[in-house]
Amino acid sequence: MSEDTGDFEGYGGRHVPEMLEEPLEHLAEAFDGIVRDEAFLEEFRSILRQYAGRPTPLYHAENLSERWGGEIYLKREDLLHGGAHKINNAVGQALLAREAGKERLIAETGAGQHGTATAMAGALFDMDTEIYMGRKDIERQRMNVFRMRLMGATVTEVTRGGEGLADAVDTALEDFAQNIEATHYLVGSVVGPDPFPRMVREFQSVIGKEAREQSLEQIGHLPDAAVACVGGGSNAIGLFHAFRDDDVAFYGGEGGGEGADSQRHAAPLDDGSDDVIHGMKTRVIDDDTEVHSVSAGLDYPGVGPEHAMFRETGRAQYRAITDDEALDAFRTLSEEEGIIPALETSHGLAMAKRVLEETDHETIVVNLSGRGDKDMETAAEHFDLG
Amino acid sequence: MSLDAVFDSEEPAFVPYLAAGDPSYEASLEYVEALERGGADVIELGLPFSEPIAEGSTIQSAIVRALKAGMTPERYFEFVEEVDVDVPIVCMTYYNLIFQYGGSEGGPRKFVERAADVGIEGFVVVDLPAEEADPLREACDEFGLDLIFIVAPTTTDDRLESMRERVSGYVYVQARTGVTGAREDVSDQTAQTLDRISDWDVPKAVGFGIKTGEHAERIVRAGADGVIVGSALVDIVAEGHEGDEPVAETAEKLEAKARELKTGALRGVGAAVESE
Ligand SMILES: Cc1ncc(COP(=O)(O)O)c(C=O)c1O
Repeated sequence: MSEDTGDFEGYGGRHVPEMLEEPLEHLAEAFDGIVRDEAFLEEFRSILRQYAGRPTPLYHAENLSERWGGEIYLKREDLLHGGAHKINNAVGQALLAREAGKERLIAETGAGQHGTATAMAGALFDMDTEIYMGRKDIERQRMNVFRMRLMGATVTEVTRGGEGLADAVDTALEDFAQNIEATHYLVGSVVGPDPFPRMVREFQSVIGKEAREQSLEQIGHLPDAAVACVGGGSNAIGLFHAFRDDDVAFYGGEGGGEGADSQRHAAPLDDGSDDVIHGMKTRVIDDDTEVHSVSAGLDYPGVGPEHAMFRETGRAQYRAITDDEALDAFRTLSEEEGIIPALETSHGLAMAKRVLEETDHETIVVNLSGRGDKDMETAAEHFDLG
Repeated sequence: MSLDAVFDSEEPAFVPYLAAGDPSYEASLEYVEALERGGADVIELGLPFSEPIAEGSTIQSAIVRALKAGMTPERYFEFVEEVDVDVPIVCMTYYNLIFQYGGSEGGPRKFVERAADVGIEGFVVVDLPAEEADPLREACDEFGLDLIFIVAPTTTDDRLESMRERVSGYVYVQARTGVTGAREDVSDQTAQTLDRISDWDVPKAVGFGIKTGEHAERIVRAGADGVIVGSALVDIVAEGHEGDEPVAETAEKLEAKARELKTGALRGVGAAVESE
């Protein structure tokens, strides 16, 4: 077993009901085919260029560097169409689904960014699109709900369980099992049963490839560290992957909610244990912890299996970033650079601040995974901007 | 009684499913007991998990009701100890709960030990592929429990082989592709799937979509050694709950439905014998 079959040193795998095995095996085969298919890859790259707006800049944030120390470079995924890195994956999977003759896309969404990206792909490729979103997220990310609907997607409110991202995944999996023939489940992060973790990684790895080249070109050397927020972990893996064999340290900021020692957080790497959830073996928050993060996109009890592996092997370090730390970083970047980051992304920024404070890394690349327009209502309330 | 003893009899086995604790601990005890009165030979008792994969909305709602009413693994074990039935109980659940129960020790051993303690006879673990089931298989062997796998019409030959090596008690043949839920017809994929595993030396119980005595009859006629029925029974529990029906009344309906299914299954054998 190896990563090529979805095994991340014991994490990952395909823990699904028997009836999903075969369709996932099919999908894995299709994926193994397209990663070697130059024509497919060229179409993918071309859409990312022409439609999504790649490549994104690597921006030297001098004001922020002055404030926090070190040399901070921001990989500007927030400038992509839709406002987040999610479009990379959505386009890749939608192309694959079209290739496989599927007519319908479904997806889960927390922050609404992945749902929006899927709705865009659905419009672009003229496919029926249905997005599952927890009721509590529909409330806190209304703008994205409007965007999805405007682009023709059906947004279905999920009212079970905690009415959040995990519950949206449950509902999407059910739909998938029921409608396997014509439906592709466009999973939004490096989570779920094989092949999703390695497939989403492949489509997101363009982030790190660009960042690596840009570092060599603009800085003249590789950064000391790469930093990102970690919900399911797709923007983090997307950034890390190209640097995996380099002497570059990896840091991930998880949704720490009220703190890793509280019982309200979404930080399974910092405070959780090995478990099986949503078809994968990975790290999951403990039973007595209520999943919570100020950021809807990080509000998930599990995490991608590759991160569980990186944690175990020590290749990457992960910390719970509290709601307050994230909000603080959100404000700081807005004030210092005139860039409003997503609340998810703000966890990566706060992590970068800690790295600069606690380690001797000088040059760091932070994945600015998304922009914060969607979070303005939360921000307005929190910072009393009204 | 062991699962082997059940399937050793000439009669086809009737294997109903209910989620333990749905809609409450007390009512659920009555309901499970009603199933036995109605002719259950084995009871698949669901241990609800908060993140089920690909259950139909009927079972999904049952799980939600049971969790809301406070069902946990520990309560479940108490339930099994308390429920007054003689037929074997098989625990149907997700690997997460089995794994978590091991605490820092990890692994499935502790869960299996406790299950054996309260008299559970076997497991169906919805999200555990056979290739990854060795630790659980070993624990089951240690404590004398059976481990049942689900075969779908789409299961590949490779995976069939993995299951065959590790299965005991019975094999759960899923009659159709799709999520669980009562359907009007019974798929003819059943016969084909049964054909593929005809030389396995464990009994074959068929489930998914069986709703009436007539369905049960046809399934047995297609060669099944047992019929598994979930959604059609859970529907009765749900209706009783929503309609604020007295528990005894719902229990009676469950018993009647069980009897219908059991007699249907028995007719299936009769017909098979006649046609010979
Ligand atoms: C901007 C942004 N960053 C990060 C995430 C978290 O997802 P992941 O960890 O898969 O990158 C989300 C999810 O909604 C997001 O919208």
